[in-house]
Amino acid sequence: MQKVIGEQKKAFMTGNETAAWAALAAGAEMMFGYPITPQNEIMHYWTRLAPKYGRGFLQTEDEISAGFTVCGSVQSGKKAFTATAGPGNVLMQEPFGMAEGMRLPLVAVIQQRGGPSSGTVVYSQQEVGLTTYGGNGEGFRIVYSTATHQEIYDYVIKGFNTAWKYRFPVFILGDGYQAKMREPLEMYNPEDRGIEMVPTYPLLGLGGKIGQDREPAHLCNIYSLEEELNEVVLKFAAEYEAISPELVEYEERMCEDADIIILSHGVVSRAADDAVKELRAQGIKAGYFRPITLRPFPEKQLREAIRKSGASKLLVAESAYGQLYRLTRQEIYGETIDMETLFMPAVGIIDFDIIQKVKSIL
Amino acid sequence: MSLIKIALAGEGGQGVQSIAEILAEAAYNEGKQTIYIPNFGLEQRGGVSIAFIQFSDKRIGAPKFNKADVVIALSERAVDRTIGFSDQNTLYVYDSGFKVGQDELPSEAKQIIGLPAIETANNELHPRVFNIIIMGAVIGLTNVVTFEAAKAALESKLGYKFEKNPDLRELNFRALEIGKQMAEKSLKEGVTTNA
Amino acid sequence: MIEPATPKSWYLPSKPHKFCPGCGHGIVLKALGEVIDEMEIQDKLIFGCDIGCSLLSWNFFACDTTQTHHGRTTPVMVGIKRSRPELVCVGYMGDGGGYSIGSQHLVNSAVRNEKVTLILVNNTNYGMTGGQMAPTTLPGQKTETTPYGRDVEQTGYPTKGPEFIAALTSDNAYVARATVSKYKQLKRFIKNALRNQIEGNGFSFVEVLSTCPTNWRTNAKQTWSFLEDQMEQYYPVGELKNPFGKGDK
Repeated sequence: MQKVIGEQKKAFMTGNETAAWAALAAGAEMMFGYPITPQNEIMHYWTRLAPKYGRGFLQTEDEISAGFTVCGSVQSGKKAFTATAGPGNVLMQEPFGMAEGMRLPLVAVIQQRGGPSSGTVVYSQQEVGLTTYGGNGEGFRIVYSTATHQEIYDYVIKGFNTAWKYRFPVFILGDGYQAKMREPLEMYNPEDRGIEMVPTYPLLGLGGKIGQDREPAHLCNIYSLEEELNEVVLKFAAEYEAISPELVEYEERMCEDADIIILSHGVVSRAADDAVKELRAQGIKAGYFRPITLRPFPEKQLREAIRKSGASKLLVAESAYGQLYRLTRQEIYGETIDMETLFMPAVGIIDFDIIQKVKSIL
Repeated sequence: MSLIKIALAGEGGQGVQSIAEILAEAAYNEGKQTIYIPNFGLEQRGGVSIAFIQFSDKRIGAPKFNKADVVIALSERAVDRTIGFSDQNTLYVYDSGFKVGQDELPSEAKQIIGLPAIETANNELHPRVFNIIIMGAVIGLTNVVTFEAAKAALESKLGYKFEKNPDLRELNFRALEIGKQMAEKSLKEGVTTNA
Repeated sequence: MIEPATPKSWYLPSKPHKFCPGCGHGIVLKALGEVIDEMEIQDKLIFGCDIGCSLLSWNFFACDTTQTHHGRTTPVMVGIKRSRPELVCVGYMGDGGGYSIGSQHLVNSAVRNEKVTLILVNNTNYGMTGGQMAPTTLPGQKTETTPYGRDVEQTGYPTKGPEFIAALTSDNAYVARATVSKYKQLKRFIKNALRNQIEGNGFSFVEVLSTCPTNWRTNAKQTWSFLEDQMEQYYPVGELKNPFGKGDK
């Protein structure tokens, strides 16, 4: 595969630029996109890099088209991706639904912004519900919530592999802060780290002579009878559940003896990490739990952390009004731990906010 | 009346949904509880058309059911689609006009009856009232509605056509009567196989 | 039993097809099938269909086919063509999929001169959903959502698609309107459209005037009359843009 990084390269750049480089390094062949803040720069960097590496790009007429052109592209066997945010994410639920229904290896980078509606162009964690369970499907998607630029780089590469190996749509869920901030990371070619990129293959235009070498491919996402669709959905569910254990990723610190576990995801987990360290320094036994995959959710691991810690409280901190909270509650139903919330929709959360909240509830 | 579940199935265009609607309306007019739900595939014409109708004195639960009290299948494809609805309590009725092998009929049924409805319509009445014969047969088999209520509902739905051509009224009511008698006769006679 | 001669690119296990008696889709798809055979492109043809009656063509051809969402066939074809230009991409849709929900994609793909071929079947109503008004419903025409006849004051005038597409596209696009009542011409237009894609010139678009006796509630005679005496009078048939030569009527 084409090596795009000279040698392991230390870099200091924005999250958007990171995403573009990662897609390049992962061997992405096509990007389809539509401008919406705060992810525009992914397209800006991609359009500058793409011609140098023989990759393709099309700015489509809207996000609906961006999603559907990716669907067509992956059906034809090309590694394609898109990126969006906010209202664009809402529009893309239609093509994301097609990817779920037809098991297409679609990859999308989501840089959350304020919502609902146009909200802000800046930041939030308000697209959790949408990205995990949007559209008219059952949420058979894989969602990686990144917290650092290194993770953006790592998970974009991993995302393509997950998509092409398992054929569920994959989302790299970032946000406007990650998109625009600069921080150091290390870029690399996957093979230099022993990462083998899953080969692509077409679902249409399979080559050979139809009727002689093979039958024609007839792909559909609509069925005549309720029973047919019931079977399809159950089959997808079984596959999804079977692979979930190997896909789940999470981070857990200091939960063995915690009185209170702080649960957060994405960029907020960095503040949570600081908060936990500071609380411990002050003699408060705080623990840290961070789902990296929101889908599939590390439900077993969270239950285990709660059980072994004997913690009396679980504090969910998010820049939204309950999206992570609802997701968590549904996943750990039956746990009797007290669930507390720190909802700060559309604004950033710092360690001080979490520390203050913890002290007020303990 | 305790709950009665009827599944009517035929080729799109045979008029299955029309009679289901009229029967449901008749039952409603008699103060009964009734639910009727159509079921079909994507295409506008052709394909198998199924009507699920339920009648009761009490509020009816789910609109669909797994096993029917009465199944009426009006084509080979309809038989294929509906044998799953038959169990040891089901009265399974099919039109004896088309050839159905023994192994294609349901393995479990209370009674399997072949009615020569299509043949009767073609030879004695008019092909277009075939579905009204079937409607009469449903009444003869189950008495879900009174004959009078059925006639009234038929008049209400097709009255505008009868206005233009009064002979049609006569034809349809005869078809209804013939269907009812045909069904009552075959119930008495027991299992009827292919003629 | 005599079996009808069918194009080699037709997929026989899905026949007889599910279109209504008297529907024009069968004619259009036959013409397309014959053209695919004559141009010998069966193995590299990608057929995309929309929702609506066109979806019944999802397993019609012995060609790789993808059924898409309503109005989204165009971008899916664009995605495929941009990714694998050696494939011949044909998007098949109705008047709603093209001129209503899909118009955004149609217009922009035309402007960008995307090298795909779109065939749009115009039967002046939304057939599969039960006969609602379409962008192409004629003034005064009764549909399920215009039960008193289309009122142009309220709903505007019928969409003349090839006309506005021709205005938007560059000179090397192919734009035509055919009718199922003129089969040879229909085939010729489809062939020109595909040729335009294969030769790498640009966008190609063929609207085909077609029949829908089911939702028009017309008998055979009335159906043909509506097509020839009304639709063909309102929607002029012919080639509006033809890079291969003078416009052909």
